Amino acid sequence: MIGIFSYLIFFATTASILAIAVLGLNLQWGNTGLFNGGVVAFFGAGAYATLILGGTAQAGHLGGFGLFYPLALLGGMAAAGLMAWIVGLLTLRLRHDYLAIATFGVAVAFENLMRNAEWLAGGAKGVRGFERPLRAALGDGFAYNLLFFAGVLLILIATYLFLERLVASPFGRLLRAIREDEAAAASLGKSPSKVRLTAFVTGSVILGLAGGLYGTFYAFVSPQDVLPTLTFQIWAMLIVGGAGNNRGAIFGAFLIWGAWTLSGWALSRFAPVDVQLYTGSFQFILIGSVIVGMLMWRPQGLLPERLVVSQRGKPQSTQQGE
Amino acid sequence: MADPILVTQGLCRSFGNFKAVDDVSLAVQRGSMTGLIGPNGAGKSTLFNLLTGALKPDVGAVQLDGQDITGLSPNKLFARGLGRTFQIPRPFARMSVLENVMLAPMGQVGETITGPFLFRGRMQAEESRIRDKALDVLDFVTLGALADHPAGQISGGQMKLLELARVLMGDPQLILLDEPAAGVNPVLTATLIGKIEELNRQGTTFVIIEHDMDFVMQHCDPVIALAEGRVIFEGTSAEALANPTLLDAYLGAPMDG
Repeated sequence: MIGIFSYLIFFATTASILAIAVLGLNLQWGNTGLFNGGVVAFFGAGAYATLILGGTAQAGHLGGFGLFYPLALLGGMAAAGLMAWIVGLLTLRLRHDYLAIATFGVAVAFENLMRNAEWLAGGAKGVRGFERPLRAALGDGFAYNLLFFAGVLLILIATYLFLERLVASPFGRLLRAIREDEAAAASLGKSPSKVRLTAFVTGSVILGLAGGLYGTFYAFVSPQDVLPTLTFQIWAMLIVGGAGNNRGAIFGAFLIWGAWTLSGWALSRFAPVDVQLYTGSFQFILIGSVIVGMLMWRPQGLLPERLVVSQRGKPQSTQQGE
Repeated sequence: MADPILVTQGLCRSFGNFKAVDDVSLAVQRGSMTGLIGPNGAGKSTLFNLLTGALKPDVGAVQLDGQDITGLSPNKLFARGLGRTFQIPRPFARMSVLENVMLAPMGQVGETITGPFLFRGRMQAEESRIRDKALDVLDFVTLGALADHPAGQISGGQMKLLELARVLMGDPQLILLDEPAAGVNPVLTATLIGKIEELNRQGTTFVIIEHDMDFVMQHCDPVIALAEGRVIFEGTSAEALANPTLLDAYLGAPMDG
């Protein structure tokens, strides 16, 4: 029994970390219409930077700064944000599919850099030697995992509340206007390039936060963690959950991660042995089909975007903020 | 007597070898309802884009209220008091009508990423002020009942009224309207022109680009006519009706819509 409960905690921790990433992408795509095809690069920048800044010294590559954990995590977020700022300045003039292609290229370049630059982050062997926060005091047991999950859940809730307040503000209105029609927004005195860059960097900082937590959870990150698969998984979560809706983003993360985990389990349990070799490939087909199916039959997602976000008209004129 | 709010000097803009706007110098008088007409391909839209910052001129200058605005981007022009609408309406479709209008005021406290967190009280006070003004403006353009509707689901004519409402939130001194009557049912056109004339009486200057000559003759004075990228006529609408060059330009050129 404790085994199942223990596994559920493990599952919920991973799903919550991914949900934070989906929230970051939702700010970029759902609210601002920025097609980030390189989600994993910003997620990975957060993971690598957190482990390098917070970890012990490792022979042969950058690391061993041993920073106090919250500072290391903030450093991970800053690294993702800095990368987004540079990429943003170079690519945000690009629209839609061109931005997607450019950012996808950035993510592939990032993975290649991590795989080959051993002096930087250990190359294919990845970054190890990271001590998870408070582990020395609490040990490796169930209690620690529960506490870690509680910490991740708190950060997920804080991220959700931050974004909910942001999208319900005039800033959120501005993001949606840029998403809907840049020329019209510019004719009303708004600066589309500034808004796009702000949203891109902020969303990437949140992706970096998720990546930092992910690296912390496994106390390890390697190029295998920054493959394009993760970009597609995070996109599937947003599309299924409902782009433009933060609750949908979280719901989609749990649903898709659940489906991914269950399908892996079912294939390994029930499929013939020779098919099991291809479990990963079957899962890719599955996730691809889910994305295509959703886009065809329910493009707004399971929890669609709410229309009136910042202010209502007369009947509710006493209402504020929501 | 002459008190121009908008002046252009020798504006030129070519696309390849084609001179879309060729040495256009004109003046729009403050408080006027100036009509800009011309057959298809006369350069109206290019001139409009040069005035609103969507295109930059090859040569020439534009002055608004005595200040040089040549080549300024559209967002800066709105801050200078120049508003515009679009020939094909551009609502923020997946936003409510009210939110479309509330977007427009410039320099809102909550419009930056930190504002909603650092200046929450000020932001809410400002939001309630902006909402009241937005609802007033929506009532003025007869869209008050549609405040919570998705802007993408109202009619084309209502979208034109919505664009006017958005622009009015910036209290512009000059509004450029790109074919306000095109593709709109006659009842809404009458509403729209009624509101425009009311604003004009209150002192807002309008420049109306219109293909429909009858519309311009009925509602605009003075009239500026373009043909082949050049100004061929500037005068009152009565003079325009009696001007043979102008009629030639219209009747002589192929009209396809």
